[in-house]
Amino acid sequence: MGVANTDADGDEAMRKTGSDPEFRAVRKTGSDPEFRVGTYLGVVLVAAYCLAPLAWQLVTSLRPPAELTTLPPLLPTRVTLEHYAAVFTGHPFPRMLLNSFIVAAGATVIALAFGSAAAFALTKMRARGYGVLLAIVLATSMLPPIATVSPLYLLINALGLRDTLAALILTYSGFTLPLAIWVLTSFLRQLPDELYSAARVDGCTPRQALVRVILPLAAPGLAATGLLVFIFAWNEFLYALTFTATERSRTVPVGIALFPGLHEVPWGEIAAASLLVTVPVFVLVLLYQRRIVEGLTAGAVKG
Amino acid sequence: MAAIEFDGVGKRFGAVTVLDGLRLTIAEGEFFTFVGPSGCGKSTTLSLIAGLERPTSGRVLFDGEPVDHLAPRDRDVAMVFQSYALYPHMSVAENIGFPLKLRGAKPPEIRTAVAEVARRLGIEALLERRPRELSGGQRQRVALGRALVRRPRVFLLDEPLSNLDARLRLEMRAELKRLHAEYRITTVYVTHDQEEAMALSDRVAVLNAGRVEQCGPPLELYHRPANLFVAGFVGSPPINVLDARYVPDLALPEGTSVDDVVVGVRPVDVRVTATSSEPRALAAEVLLAEPTGDEVWVVGRLDGQQIIGRAASDAVPIPGSTARFELARERLHLFDRQSGRRVA
Repeated sequence: MGVANTDADGDEAMRKTGSDPEFRAVRKTGSDPEFRVGTYLGVVLVAAYCLAPLAWQLVTSLRPPAELTTLPPLLPTRVTLEHYAAVFTGHPFPRMLLNSFIVAAGATVIALAFGSAAAFALTKMRARGYGVLLAIVLATSMLPPIATVSPLYLLINALGLRDTLAALILTYSGFTLPLAIWVLTSFLRQLPDELYSAARVDGCTPRQALVRVILPLAAPGLAATGLLVFIFAWNEFLYALTFTATERSRTVPVGIALFPGLHEVPWGEIAAASLLVTVPVFVLVLLYQRRIVEGLTAGAVKG
Repeated sequence: MAAIEFDGVGKRFGAVTVLDGLRLTIAEGEFFTFVGPSGCGKSTTLSLIAGLERPTSGRVLFDGEPVDHLAPRDRDVAMVFQSYALYPHMSVAENIGFPLKLRGAKPPEIRTAVAEVARRLGIEALLERRPRELSGGQRQRVALGRALVRRPRVFLLDEPLSNLDARLRLEMRAELKRLHAEYRITTVYVTHDQEEAMALSDRVAVLNAGRVEQCGPPLELYHRPANLFVAGFVGSPPINVLDARYVPDLALPEGTSVDDVVVGVRPVDVRVTATSSEPRALAAEVLLAEPTGDEVWVVGRLDGQQIIGRAASDAVPIPGSTARFELARERLHLFDRQSGRRVA
């Protein structure tokens, strides 16, 4: 992920240097070889720092069981895929993946639907108390999860939702809504108000204006927000551990945490499973990176 | 097509009064312009007609029916915005067809109507393009097309030419006049450019700080300005305002003295020559000369007052010299010094 992000930033910076006179100065220093070497060195260092744990997981996942807890050798004497096989044979791994996917996708859809509607009302429909509302929204996300986990557990229990995917979808979309509203609000604020006025004069109801004009233009913002929500839901551990009881609703993070048996910790399998669940997120980021960076609004107003 | 009536319309945003008891009627099929400096309330007036804003007091009526409870979509008005506000994610054809699509028209009908409007505006070749691939003038035409495609009752234009360069602005101005003659849709136009207002409109209302200073045909505003504000706003270069004591043999209405009035005289009505046989011509020091082609505007100083007149391009007085400024006596305007109102 670290690599993907730096790539995206690089693209954008390059696009900007082309057109924006303000950035011309940056390009000038950028063509200075010493500055360039420094930049790349910095990027490599940061990337290495971010990727080192992942690399170690990869090495661990390919190590024969006998070498798992011994050092040296630093690198495995032979490469084995038995941990990967064990992940699928010894555990209900596909089921966990499916659960995680349903939960993350469900939470993303709900957070985007309500988040974009709220952001639209706040920015374009000129809801009263704009600042206060945003502050309240932010305040709700300040409680640490551990403070809310027991009351929420009681609530989920009372609703009969314990050990269901719905419990996690509801919780995650609730916890990510403030983020979604904030990101989308700042995004929609950049869209010219005249577009909304034009849509209304052309015959849109507010809902039609949102769906047909505002949301298509907010696609990059929706993609970015959706990605953040998805990653949060995909990785969340505490609520997932508390609200689930069986493999019926267990998500991957909880599943992996329950790998250790009575007598041993299967480090190889944990490493293999962790790498496997990173792949979908990685793919998502790669797919949407274009969309996030892309400015769709060009040509909306004179520019 | 509709007649629009403002019945004592006021609009406040918080503590700021933008419109104050606006009362006027725009006739069916008329080309009506609101003109005024920025912040005078002209754009708010358009929003009130479109239904994007609700009046704080008073009523807006179309053909005698109050419309204040109607959402924009139920008023059948079309609007062209200063920024054009084209939908960037739609092609030109989709932009123009959008109002029809929202009204449930069938795709073949939409195609026909879009093609027709595109032909009239000369943008048939652009239909598949996206707004970002168009020049400013082309975007302007697309915005016009989107507004005209459904033959609205009222056509609103909010400073539509202000983002175009000077030559294109003249071209589009003629185009707007032609379109109005062709469609005869009640058109309400907003601009801060008095020349545009004069050139296009059947009638013009000069707005200042939320009030109508004067409303009438362009030439009436020009020849009989109701007050100093209108006199100063309409016409270019702006009218000269002189202390009445400097104008000899002034014919004053009964009961007024030279101290009560100021004299307004348009620069075109002031002839500047190096020497003049006219004994009442004013002698003023020439500050600068601005050639515009056939004529040259000469700026002079008369006891601390500025006066602008015109000189023939072959007889331009030299800056620093003293020239004779000859006023066209029958074209002087008298205004009350205190209230600024026209004196009969």
